[in-house]
Amino acid sequence: MASPTTATTPPAAPARVARTRTKPTDRGLDRAFRYLSVGSGVLILAVLAAVAIFLVLEGLPALTDSELADKVQWIPEGGTLWSLVGPLIFGTVLAALVSLAIAVPVAVGIALFISHYAPRRLASALGYLVDLLAAIPSVVFGLWGVLVLAPRLQPVWQFLADYLGWIPLFEGDAHGNASNPPRVLMTTAVVLAVMILPIITAVSREVFLQVPRLHEEAALALGATRWELVRMAVLPFGRSGVISAAMLGLGRALGETMAVLMILSPGLLYSFQLLVASQQQTIAANIAAKFNDADDIGRSTLIATGLALFVITMLVNMAARWIVARRKDFSGAN
Amino acid sequence: MPATTTLAPVTESSQELRRALTAVDPGRRRKDRAMRGVIYGAFALAMIPLVSLVWSVLTNGLGRFDLYFLTHSMRNVFGGMDAGGVYHALLGTVLITLVTTLISVPIGILTAIYLVEYGQGPLARAVTFFVDVMTGIPSIVAGLFAFALFYLLVGPTRSGLVGSVALAVLMIPVVIRSTEEMLRLVPHELREASYALGVPKWLTIVKVVLRTAVAGITTGVMIAIARVIGETAPLIITVGVTDSINRNVFEGNMMTLPVYVYRQYAAGLVPCAPGDASCIATINYDRAWSAALVLILVVMLLNLVARGVSRWFAPKTRA
Repeated sequence: MASPTTATTPPAAPARVARTRTKPTDRGLDRAFRYLSVGSGVLILAVLAAVAIFLVLEGLPALTDSELADKVQWIPEGGTLWSLVGPLIFGTVLAALVSLAIAVPVAVGIALFISHYAPRRLASALGYLVDLLAAIPSVVFGLWGVLVLAPRLQPVWQFLADYLGWIPLFEGDAHGNASNPPRVLMTTAVVLAVMILPIITAVSREVFLQVPRLHEEAALALGATRWELVRMAVLPFGRSGVISAAMLGLGRALGETMAVLMILSPGLLYSFQLLVASQQQTIAANIAAKFNDADDIGRSTLIATGLALFVITMLVNMAARWIVARRKDFSGAN
Repeated sequence: MPATTTLAPVTESSQELRRALTAVDPGRRRKDRAMRGVIYGAFALAMIPLVSLVWSVLTNGLGRFDLYFLTHSMRNVFGGMDAGGVYHALLGTVLITLVTTLISVPIGILTAIYLVEYGQGPLARAVTFFVDVMTGIPSIVAGLFAFALFYLLVGPTRSGLVGSVALAVLMIPVVIRSTEEMLRLVPHELREASYALGVPKWLTIVKVVLRTAVAGITTGVMIAIARVIGETAPLIITVGVTDSINRNVFEGNMMTLPVYVYRQYAAGLVPCAPGDASCIATINYDRAWSAALVLILVVMLLNLVARGVSRWFAPKTRA
């Protein structure tokens, strides 16, 4: 580790000894400072390991208890831990995927707008507007989503249920209606989509701005319109960047708590009905809703579900980072 | 792709030649126009929630946003009483954020120094990778971690400190990332000049590198603060809630602004007796909106000051 830079290397041959004070490169405060900074680097790894270890330790009672269903009231009668975790994972992934399906096209559009369509002078200011969305706390999104957005979306959901109800996702309840008030997964997904929009936009925008100028000029020289330029030069170059941006957004959506907690009416079913209340629930919202009133074994159960969330988001984020890193290695730019 | 331009006879005027050469066939032009519309539309679509959210927070929140609201707690406030404020939550948020910052900033800056000035080999690569991974930890998991940590060490406890640890897990990677970027911007010549004068490495880092990057680091730290100040979920499970003022970070439940917003929303409409003029049915929602306004103002203020710092005190290293 102690590889001195060229600057700190003492003179190679102190032949005329008298005047050269040999410079202590790694003594006293120098060494202390190095240990301090290496130590905090190691601390980061330790913290991440500790997160995993403490979650496992605390979740262990629930993971090993065979009669969990009798002790924890919100596990269905005669079920196991899996009959709680399974539907929760399903709900979490479903909500995140639906919000991703809404957010990615819009985010790519915004990124293209800022990188290739907007007047150059306005571009950075407009980008800042999108970044503002990222600065708004999630609890405010939740408040806005449930009190302002949801009532306005209800007619739209009703329309979907009426005319597209034959698609399983948009199927209404027993009477063919969308739930009212619309505290349903679809509303939640819309709010989540707004929340993950800034990060997907920011990463995509960065990639689109890196498209080699010569590719673009070549396309224009061949007589391409603006859209053909985007399709032939920008999108192929940015594809992996957009994919990793989407996965970063997915990671955010998976772990988002407050918007789901405030908007979604929870249920524990493997249900694809996005417009009906009390069907799904996500892991994060379930923990926040129940943690404070839970007893020891209940808390342990919730921590076990949190462990599942931790593993899922870690995998998604690592995959995203891996794609980004791979792209850096192979793309000609930079 | 079909040839879209026709060779114009030389005799024609240059105007027509130009038109013929630049003309795009109608199908492609229509598609181009349509996609331009779609892309402009995407941007407009994203502005709807931003405008709507800011508008509803302003219109709903300004009603109760006054000095009384900022200087009173919720102690002895119940039902539809026209009273109660956000002071205890504001205080809790400030204290908890302060402790979080005290934990995160030294660790974050030292780790960034390690990565930029010392880091080589597999350890540095591992730290870089896992800092990236750490930015993706769901906030609720950070809360669970802090709770589990203190539960195993000192038994079941809720206090501002537990919440601070949870928030620090979320804040440290943000601080590392921004500080690292700033340190890498410091020109290498400055370091070498310092070494050439015989200054030890640690003093070079403290007096030259950090001093050059201090504006950028401050900006990064403030943006990191702005990010964790709105975190709600980890605080619900680690700090709990209270209606009274608690100035002690090490003991007892505390209230924070985001949790206050959530609690007031969750309390819902008040069932008022008909004809009871002193009872406001929507008082809880009103307080939630006003607290949301306070929260957004705090976050925006932090962001603005951060940007100001980086603009006014930018390192004067560029030649």
